[in-house]
Amino acid sequence: MAIDPQHWQPTASINSLRKRAAIMAQIRSFFAERDVLEVEMPLMSQCAVSDPFLDTIEARYADYVGSENYPLYLQTSPEYAMKRLLAAGSGAIFHLGKAFRNGESGSRRHNPEFTMLEWYRPGLDDQQLMDEVADLILPILKLDSVERLSYAQVFKRFLNIDPHTATLEVLVAETRKHVDIDLDDDDRDTWLNLLMSHVIEPNLSDLGAVFVYDYPASQAALAQVKTDAQSQQVASRFELFVDGIELANGYHELTDAQEQKQRLLKDQQTREKLGLPQRPLEMRLVSALEAGIPDCAGVALGVDRLVMLALGADSIQDVIAFPIERA
Amino acid sequence: MANYSTNQFKNGLKVMIDGDPCNMVDVEMVKPGKGQAFTRVKLKNLMTGRTWERTFKSGDSVEGADVMDTDMEYLYNDGEMWHFMDPATYEQVAADANAVGDSHKWLKEQDSCMITLFNDNPISVTPPNFVELEVTETDPGLKGDTAQGGSKPATLQTGAVVRVPLFINQGDVLKIDTRTGEYVSRA
Repeated sequence: MAIDPQHWQPTASINSLRKRAAIMAQIRSFFAERDVLEVEMPLMSQCAVSDPFLDTIEARYADYVGSENYPLYLQTSPEYAMKRLLAAGSGAIFHLGKAFRNGESGSRRHNPEFTMLEWYRPGLDDQQLMDEVADLILPILKLDSVERLSYAQVFKRFLNIDPHTATLEVLVAETRKHVDIDLDDDDRDTWLNLLMSHVIEPNLSDLGAVFVYDYPASQAALAQVKTDAQSQQVASRFELFVDGIELANGYHELTDAQEQKQRLLKDQQTREKLGLPQRPLEMRLVSALEAGIPDCAGVALGVDRLVMLALGADSIQDVIAFPIERA
Repeated sequence: MANYSTNQFKNGLKVMIDGDPCNMVDVEMVKPGKGQAFTRVKLKNLMTGRTWERTFKSGDSVEGADVMDTDMEYLYNDGEMWHFMDPATYEQVAADANAVGDSHKWLKEQDSCMITLFNDNPISVTPPNFVELEVTETDPGLKGDTAQGGSKPATLQTGAVVRVPLFINQGDVLKIDTRTGEYVSRA
């Protein structure tokens, strides 16, 4: 990345920044009215996210100036810390602040430093939390309703395949029909993701706002796994797409400490297999779950993208004053 | 040529794809919140002009293409080939109809054009954005009508036909925008 001395100006107009500030205020008053507590979580942590497909940005910290320094990891989401608060009895909480993801630039929808809204609701499941997400975003985006389709339904509608039962060969063949890619991969989820991003998401843009829910159990991340009406194992996870843009990701949260520990360790193994950096796992999350976390649903929403959609902007750079190239 | 990895992909990068030089027209990272990152690239094949999308896995690399854009002066057409000269080195190259494409309509001798060379052979010719060409044939101009309404076809010295205002006469020299093929003004 080169620094151009001429590029001193913001990429977002002052008018867009005013509208952005109004949306931030609207979000805070939404939660204040519903008695959800605003919390501030550390942006730097001694532990890093386990997800093999998220890369953490490292900061260096020294206990005193000039002494040996060691890594702190910029958070990719405040999830781990917020769950520790939930286990400590916080009740409903939200976090509106920065998150950081290495390598996520070079797109109209990404900036490696971005604003994330994340909130947790004890006593709600994923379907009930979708209601609340809709209550928040519909007035901001001036929309009337959000459609709901299961992961199986969107694959059925746009590709006529069953994402839960289709074999690897079927998924590869279907992907090759739509996507020109030279790839050899035996992970079904890779091909499902390609179909999702290259075929389904563009189609979803015609539907306006859509919740896609009941993801494959293999893509559960930190969601509970349940059995759906078709006796299929699915993750209690949803994503919100607006105009084909992925805006939010929510779970009926995993509360089982042992299962959580297994998923962290499995991620670390995958990292090793892929030659990715091994970073300290957040075992304090496992301890928190052992102590007991209320049954709850949680969701993370990309605020820059929300503003982008609300303003009808083509690019995330239009709603961030100084994106990475100018930061 | 050097290899380029997905993190070096950018608009305008020239790479070899399936044996042909291609230009990256649009580069977009595709990264679901949960899952692997890919880079989706809109490519233009510089030999055929075909545009399509290809997706690369993060970390994939492709070979760069020895493609160079250079400004050259148009000399003449010998009936088959169009000849250009580098004004600094006086080196000459000849481009065939495939490379010249529709640009031939705007080529006037001694005008400077951008020639795209692949392994030193011309594969495309881009005329200047604006050219000045003489009208060789058009209906007589209407006196007094200098601004308002109506248009008519005019044939220019290169054979190109453009829509012009009614007041234009044979022998007038016109400024044309070659990107749109539209009349701009009298030169």
